[in-house]
Amino acid sequence: MAESPQVALKDDSVLVTEAKAGSYAAFDELVNRYEKKIYRLGMNLTGNPEDAEDVLQEAFLKAFVHLPDFREDSRFYTWLVRIAVNEGLMKLRKRRSDKAVPIEDSVDEEGDVMPREFADWKPNPEEQYAHAEIEEILRNAAQSLSPGFRTVFLLRDVDGLSTQETADVLGISEGAVKARLFRARLQLREELSKIFKRG
Amino acid sequence: MTLLNCEDCLEQISNYLDGEIDADLKRTLEEHLGLCRHCKVVFDSTRKTIELYCDGKLFELPIRARDRLHAALRRRWDEKVR
Repeated sequence: MAESPQVALKDDSVLVTEAKAGSYAAFDELVNRYEKKIYRLGMNLTGNPEDAEDVLQEAFLKAFVHLPDFREDSRFYTWLVRIAVNEGLMKLRKRRSDKAVPIEDSVDEEGDVMPREFADWKPNPEEQYAHAEIEEILRNAAQSLSPGFRTVFLLRDVDGLSTQETADVLGISEGAVKARLFRARLQLREELSKIFKRG
Repeated sequence: MTLLNCEDCLEQISNYLDGEIDADLKRTLEEHLGLCRHCKVVFDSTRKTIELYCDGKLFELPIRARDRLHAALRRRWDEKVR
C-alpha cells in the first residue's frame, strides 16, 4: 500500500483515533499489525486451522463493529486479544457441545505439578524436526492443558501481555494468573519432555 | 545464607523466569541450580518450552485466510460508508 511507510510509524492510539474518524487505511494498518498474532493465538487456543481462521475473522469484524465503543482505557491490542480469546473459548465450548459448563470448570490452581521427567533435552529440538512436526508437537502439548491454563500461558508467554493485562482480559486476579502460568509452564514442559528428552 | 530445597526451587522457577524475585532469593536459587541437576534440567527445559512457543514462524497465517479477512472487512467498511 502506497501510504504504509508513513502509517506504519504511527502509534496504535493514533491509528485508532483516525479509524474512529473514518480512515479505512488506519484500521487496515491495525489489522496488518496484528493479524498474524491473532491467527497464531487462535491456532494455539483451538488447535484447529479452521477454528483459528474463524477466530481471526470474527475478532477483527467485531473490533471493526465495536471500535466506536472502544474507550481506550487499555491498549488496542489488549482489547483485540480479549475479543479473540472470547471467540476462541466459544469455539471450544461449542466443540464440547456442552454450553452449560463454564470453561473454567477444569482449572485447578492447587493441583500437583511436580516434575517427573528429569532427562536432559536434545539440543535445539526445533532443528531436529520438520517444521510441520514441531507445530503438531506444540499444538498437541498445548491442547493437553485445560483452556484456563492454556489461555494464561498464551497471553503471558506467547503474546507478551503483562500479568495485569492478562488478569484484565480474563477477569481473574493477578495471583490467579501467576498460579496458572506456573502450572501451565511446568505441565507443558512435562508433555514436551516426553518427546524431546535424550535417549 | 538460607539453602533452598528442590520443591522451593521449583516453586520459584516461574518467578525467576519473569525476573520477579528479589536479589537474595535469586542468588540462592542460582546456587541451587548450579548444584542440582534435576532442578537445572527443569529450569532449562521450561525456558526452552517458552522459547519454542514464541517462534514467530509457527502457525503462519495462510494467504487465503488473510485475503478472506481483508475482503470481508473492506466489504463491511464499504457498506458502512454507503
